[in-house]
Order: sequence, then structure tokens, then C-alpha cells
Amino acid sequence: MPELTKDTENTAPAPSGRALLTMEDVTLKFGGVVALNEVSFEIREGEILGLIGPNGAGKTTCFNALTGVYQPTSGRVVFDGQPLGKRKRFQINRLGIARTFQNIRLFGNMTARENVLVGADSHHRSGVVNSLFRLPRHRRETREGNRTADELLEMMDLTHRADDLARNLSYGEQRRLEIARALATRPKLLCLDEPAAGFNPVEKQRLMDLIRKVRDMGNTVLLIEHDMRLVMGVTDRIVVLEFGRKIAEGAPAEIRDNPAVIAAYLGVDDDAS
Amino acid sequence: MFALGYTLVYGVLRLINFAHSEVFMWGSFGAVWAMTLLGAHTGMGWPAAVGLLVVALIAAMAVSGGVALVVERIAYRRLREKHAPPLVALISAIGASFMLSELMGLRDRIAGWLNLDEVLAPYVRQARENTAFVNPLPNVQVLEIAGFQIRSNQLIVLVAAILMMIALDQFVSRSRLGRGVRAVSQNPEAAALMGVNQKRVVQLTFFIGGLMAGAAALLYLVHIGVTRYNVGFILGIKAFTAAVLGGIGNIRGALVGGLVLGLAENYATFFGLASSWKDVVSFLLLIVVLLFRPTGILGESLGKARA
Amino acid sequence: MSTATQKAPKPTFADRWAALPKLVQILVWVLIAVFFFVLPLLNLPIVSTPDAEFGSVLASVANYALVALGLNIVLGYAGLLDLGYVGFYAIGAYTVGVGGSLHGQINWFVLIVMAVTISTASGLLLGAPTLRVRGDYLAIVTLGFGEIIRLTALNTEWLNQARGITGIPRPPSSELFGLPSLVWDGATAKVDLGEGAKSIFLKFGLLDAVPYYWLALIVIIVVLFADRLLQASRVGRAWEATREDEEAAELNGVPTFRFKLLAFALGAFVGGLSGALYASRIGAINPDSFMIQLSMMFLAAVVIGGQGNRWGAIVGGVVVAYLPERFREFADFRIVVFGLLLLLLANFRPQGLLPPRRARRARRADAATAGLEGTEEGARA
Repeated sequence: MPELTKDTENTAPAPSGRALLTMEDVTLKFGGVVALNEVSFEIREGEILGLIGPNGAGKTTCFNALTGVYQPTSGRVVFDGQPLGKRKRFQINRLGIARTFQNIRLFGNMTARENVLVGADSHHRSGVVNSLFRLPRHRRETREGNRTADELLEMMDLTHRADDLARNLSYGEQRRLEIARALATRPKLLCLDEPAAGFNPVEKQRLMDLIRKVRDMGNTVLLIEHDMRLVMGVTDRIVVLEFGRKIAEGAPAEIRDNPAVIAAYLGVDDDAS
Repeated sequence: MFALGYTLVYGVLRLINFAHSEVFMWGSFGAVWAMTLLGAHTGMGWPAAVGLLVVALIAAMAVSGGVALVVERIAYRRLREKHAPPLVALISAIGASFMLSELMGLRDRIAGWLNLDEVLAPYVRQARENTAFVNPLPNVQVLEIAGFQIRSNQLIVLVAAILMMIALDQFVSRSRLGRGVRAVSQNPEAAALMGVNQKRVVQLTFFIGGLMAGAAALLYLVHIGVTRYNVGFILGIKAFTAAVLGGIGNIRGALVGGLVLGLAENYATFFGLASSWKDVVSFLLLIVVLLFRPTGILGESLGKARA
Repeated sequence: MSTATQKAPKPTFADRWAALPKLVQILVWVLIAVFFFVLPLLNLPIVSTPDAEFGSVLASVANYALVALGLNIVLGYAGLLDLGYVGFYAIGAYTVGVGGSLHGQINWFVLIVMAVTISTASGLLLGAPTLRVRGDYLAIVTLGFGEIIRLTALNTEWLNQARGITGIPRPPSSELFGLPSLVWDGATAKVDLGEGAKSIFLKFGLLDAVPYYWLALIVIIVVLFADRLLQASRVGRAWEATREDEEAAELNGVPTFRFKLLAFALGAFVGGLSGALYASRIGAINPDSFMIQLSMMFLAAVVIGGQGNRWGAIVGGVVVAYLPERFREFADFRIVVFGLLLLLLANFRPQGLLPPRRARRARRADAATAGLEGTEEGARA
């Protein structure tokens, strides 16, 4: 593990609020492969939790289980007091979980603004009748949606690109847009899947500030990342996975010195740029 | 009304692609033309009859295999290499499919343009009507079970279909080429890295599918006796239904599916529905299956569960 | 914001159009509409069909255009491959036939309402189980559906089986005013004021197909408006998002299944409506009018014209309906030709003749970003 200076590490005490999301002994099997093996941890309200582990540890699988893309083979995920159960994906989003993707899945042929509007639409109800006849509900929701989009685009510094097609945005802009879209769905928990992949140090610093701002807005954040410095610097607590099992959990300082964690990463070059 | 052979024909004609049913149809015409060319007629002696049937089989398989390769080259290859979305590939296949069936249906006009209609008269006239298949083998009653007659044609179809299914199954599981096919279908990149020539494998798959369709076409002709330019269409839907019933991607499943479908159809007619409703039965069955068990009876065991 | 020089993209036609004042835009649209209304009366030399009466050709073209608009919602907006669209068309036609001629004497307007209700309902019934499955499965199932409708009509005594239905009622007539047609003599046009050459606004008789064409045009205009309104709303966005990346859409709160079903039902609505209008115009239908090849023609119309673009759908409808009439020789080969076109387009130009606005905007935006210097990218991100 690379040497870290004390002042880049987050040493603030982690929020000890109630558990917003709990993974209870979640096991996920694909045919014969056990991707997750009785993984249990909780995400507390208002914290920034990091999920790390060597490649293939099951981090993205964990994400997918959290966000309803996969159904656990056994165990369950409880969010805000309710088990996720067999809910459809959009219902899980309505419950309050939003995510971004490792390989950026924007709606490429829609503009940046439209991408965010789709997110904002998740709270709207206008259907055919309302839209066809431009009834008050449609007008109200359109105004509200545009307002949300303006705010989020501004927050992500994308206002000047609002009417450009998403696929024409630069890499960094696309990542920020994806976060904006996720935030437009008004989640309680925002899950970011390797948001810093491909960023240079300046961009990473900005991302860290952004994540903190998102948390300060009242959200809870779950973060998968490979960059140790970023994880150490921005998260309140960290969960470490290896081969589908949780091997450690705790504050950044504890994790850094945890022998099991060090062993898991031994020989693996970190992307510490 | 012993329809087991019928159902096995469905199972063999597993729908690999949308245009496959037209591959079948062309194969059936290949067989018919071969018979016409060789001057077959009923009442020939045993050895000649069998020989002719074998020739017809080869003709059917050759035509089908050829058409399948053409389809792959024209309708699919470019799109596969460009990783085009499946919607576009499907449209391409649909275009090809309708072209193939209509070309057959318009063969008299085309021959007329080329001034070959006189020469090719027996092959191209009455393009949109049923064309009879001359089966040189006599169709005698062989067995009688519970009031149902079993005729020699049906027996031939049944036995041949079973043999073909076994052969295909063995080929895919045992042979080197068969392994290549399975590898490519599961993970194209890894297969390529392992030295499997992807393009060849795809061509091969199409070709073998074509061969099977040709053989199935012959069996169909032996059983039904006629073919026409749009026979591919409704059969294609039924074959697809059979494949879905049994589980897409699963050869044994297709066999089971074909069985179920054939039985369902025949029992439906047995219970009083007019025979023209048979097709409706298969379609309804398809909807029911898709609704309740999309993976079919011997379904795909993919671990990814949907939320 | 940007220190690098930005080469402004050349203003395209669309840019200049958008720059015109609203009033001028409306005026242009009205003029275009008027042109299309009087088109059958103009008897333009090149455009007119020598072998068939131009009025009825146009009526048929308008019919196809309407169908294409409906299928465009299903295929172009929502990305659902419906190959059995002819089924909804047939249902609409048969409802009018059965209710107006075979088993009843119901008022024409009521018949139309019945026709769209039943076709929309069947769209919902068909869509509910089948929209959950993958694209190619959906194609096959809808194909089967289209054929099943025809077979049902063919085999059901109550629907008169192969004999079909005749004497289907026409829309109720009103004689508001008559419009004369033009007769061309070389390069000069003369107005033919003779009584026989007049088309009367909304008199639906046996001889003159032009009023039917006008009726279809009115319906098309209404549908175009509705289409525009929907596309620029939450509904349209949901469709586009679903089409782009269904899973990502769902994870961002879009109830994709619901919207797919909605697209399907709306498509069925328009399909049924066109079928009903078709039956009213032709007066007699039978199962052979609704063979599966017709579905392919509908598909060709949308794909050739450009899926996802309502004007593309209309252009496609025109191409598919008009060309075989104009060039009678190839009429018998139309399936082959359009099949070939589908094949070629799918391989070389999937977006069709008129690409959807997103593709056009993409090219403009690509051109714009190409003009930006790379340094701006690095500093910004």
C-alpha cells in the first residue's frame, strides 16, 4: 500500500447514525460460482462508505445486489427499514437508491439536459393524457424538472454543455453528468461505481470535493474505488471484500494497517496516480 | 393421427435465425426439383426408390446449406462484424427472408424474363401454388396401434428425425468443430484468443443449420407431400414455438418442445377444433409459455436473476 | 469560458428555419398543408399515376402514411419490433365491417370509436405478456399475432370466413363546397369547371376517392400534432431513454415496461384507426387483404423513411405506397424490392432516409466539437 501522509487521510469520526441500508448475509451464486459469500455490513445515514478489494472481489456484484440488478441467492438487503425483496428496478430507485456505472451508461443520443430530466422524471406522474393536452400537471412537472436540471447541471459545472449530446461530452463531463442524473432521482443513497477511473489528480481532487458536497446535501454515499488515496481521503468507513467475502471493516486508519487487507493487496499495483 | 414424426421435424428445424425458414423452403424445392429432374414416379422398385430419395436428400441439403451460407454472407456478416444492435440484424434478416420467399413465389415471372420459361417449365410454373413431391416409395400400412394406422412414410420420417437429432447432438458435444461452435456462442473473444476462427465457426453453424433444414425439408415432403413458396413462414413460427417451449439454445429442448407442440396440436383437433385452428393453438401455446416460463421446459440455466 | 477558438458550424437548414419568426413558420406549414389538400386536383404531369386514378392512389398513400406514423411510435420511438402490425389494422377494419354491415347497422362514428377501442385493447392484451421478452422473441410473437388475426377471420363463421365483408358503410357525407381540378395541356393548366370533374369537400361517394384522401389527411395532421406533443414530454423522454439503454433507464426510475406497453397500445390505436378508415373507403374486405406481407410493407415504410422520425415515417409510407402505383411494372415485385431495400438499409444506412432528430443533432454537434481545440477538454474536465 502506498505511503499516505496523515493529512490526506480522513480522520474525522464516522457518523454513527442509524443504518440506512443493511446487507444481511447476502450470498449470490451464478451457477457454480459464488460471487458473494455471506456478506454483511451496514451503511449509516449520512456517511460516505468505501467498498474496496482486489479485482474480482465482488464489489460490482455487491453493488448490483444492492441496487436490485441481481437477486441474492440467500440473505437479504434491507433499505430504510424495508427488505428490497423482489422489487423491480425502477421501484428500487423510487425507494431512494441511485447509482452510476463503471463504464458510464448515459443516454448517448440525448442531450445532457435531457439525461438529467429523465432522472427528474422518476418523481413525475405525467402520462399520455397530461402530456397530450398540456394539462397543469405536465406544465408544473416540466418547470420543476427544468429547475432541477438547471441546478444539478450548474453544480456539476455542465451548464455550458446542457444542450449537447451526451456522447459528445468529454470523459470527465460524462462522469459528472451521470452523477447529476442519478442525483436528479432524489435518492437517499447514492452508489458510485469507480467514479474516478481515468481521472488525473486534479480531476480526482474535484471529485472528492464533489462527493463531500453530495453528502453535505443530505445524501449517503457508497463508493467503489481502486484509488487508495481517494478512498482514504474521502470515506468515513471502509468495507473490504476479497473473493466474495468481507475481510475487514472500519475507519480508514484501521484498514490501512489491517494485515489481512495488506495481504489481499500484496503484489497488486495500486492505481495511486 | 400419429404425428410424432411431424413434431420431430419441428424440433430439427430449430430456428437459428429469422431467414432459416426460407432456407428450409428452398431446400424443399431442391428436393422436389431433383425428383422431377430424375423422373421419379410412384411404383418404382425398392432400390431405385431409395436411391432417388437419397439423391433428393442430398439435393435438399445442398440447396439449403448453400442458401444458408448466402444468407449469412449477405444478411448477417457485416452487421455482426460491426456489432450492430440486434434490432438492425433482425430487420436485415426480415428483408432477406421476404426476398427469398417472394423470389421463389415469382420464379415463373423471373424465368419468363430470362426467356427460360419453356425450358424450365416443370420447375417454375404455377409459382404460387402448391407443388407436389413425388415420392417413389409406396406408403403402406406397417402397424396398427389402438385404431391408429402407422404408415411406412411416417415411420421413415420418425426414424430419420431421431437419427438426425442424435447425430447433431453428438456432433455438438463431441467433435472439435462442435466444441468450437459452443465456445463461440458462449464467449466470442475468449474463443478467438484460443485460436478458434470465429468467422469460420459462424459460417459452419449456418451451414450445418442449413443442412439440417434441408434434411428436415425432405422429411417434411415425405410426410406432407407438398410444398409452396410461403411454407417457410408458418413452419418457422411453429419451429420457433417448439424451440421456445423446450428452451432456446438447447438442442434436446427443441426436441421436447417439438414433441409437446405436435401433441398439443393434434389433441386440439381431436377435441373438435377444425384443423385450420391448429396454427392458432401453437401460437397461443407460445404466448402462454412466454408468459409463465420464458426459459422453456428444459430452460437455460443462466444464473442472472432479474429483480 | 473557452480561450481556444471555436469554429462555428455552418448554419444548416434546420438552424435557419428555427431562426424564422413563429408566425412565418405557421404560415409555411399552412401553405404546405393546403398544397397537399389540393394535390389530387392539380393532376401534375410527372407525379400523376398513368394507370390508376390519382385520387385513389393518394388515398392509399395517405393510409400507408398513417400506418407508418403509428408503427413509428412502436418501432422508432420505443424500439419494439412489431412485425404483426397488420393485426391491429385488420381488427380495425373488421370491427367496422362487422358492426356496420355484417351484423349491425351502427352509426359510423360509433364504429370508429369501437374500432380503435378494440384494437387498443388487443394491443394491451398482446403487449402485457410479450413485452417482457427479448427483442427477437417479440418480433416472432407479433408476427404470429398478425397471422393469427387473419386466420381467425378466415376460419370464423361469424366473420364470414373467406368470403369477407361487403357493403361496409362510408363516412357520413356533407356537401360543403366543391373544388375543381386542373387539366393540363402541354405546359399550361386549365381549370376544369365541369361538374364531373369536381371534388366535393367531404362527400363520400363511390366514384371520387379524393374526399377519403382529405379525411385521411385531417387524421394525419391530428396524429402529427399528438405525436409532437408526446415526444416533447416525459413520455417521449422515457421512450428514448428506454430505447437507448433500458437497464440504465430503469435504474434511474423509468418504469420501462409501462412505457413500452403504452407505445404498443398507441401504435395499436393508430393501426386500428387506419384499418377502419381503409375499410370505410374500400367498402369490402376479406382475409386476403391482411396477409403478413402487408406487415412487411408497413415495416419497410418505417425503416426506409427513417425510424424515430415522424416525417421519415410519412416519407416511407409515401415511398412504399406510391412507387408501385407509379411504376406499375414492378408492382408484383414490390415485396422483393422492399425486402431488398430493408436488407440494404439495415446493412448500410440503418437510420433510413430521414434520420431521427437525434442523429441529425449528433452530426451537428460532432461537427461543432470537432472545431474545438483539445486543450479546452483537458482544462475543463
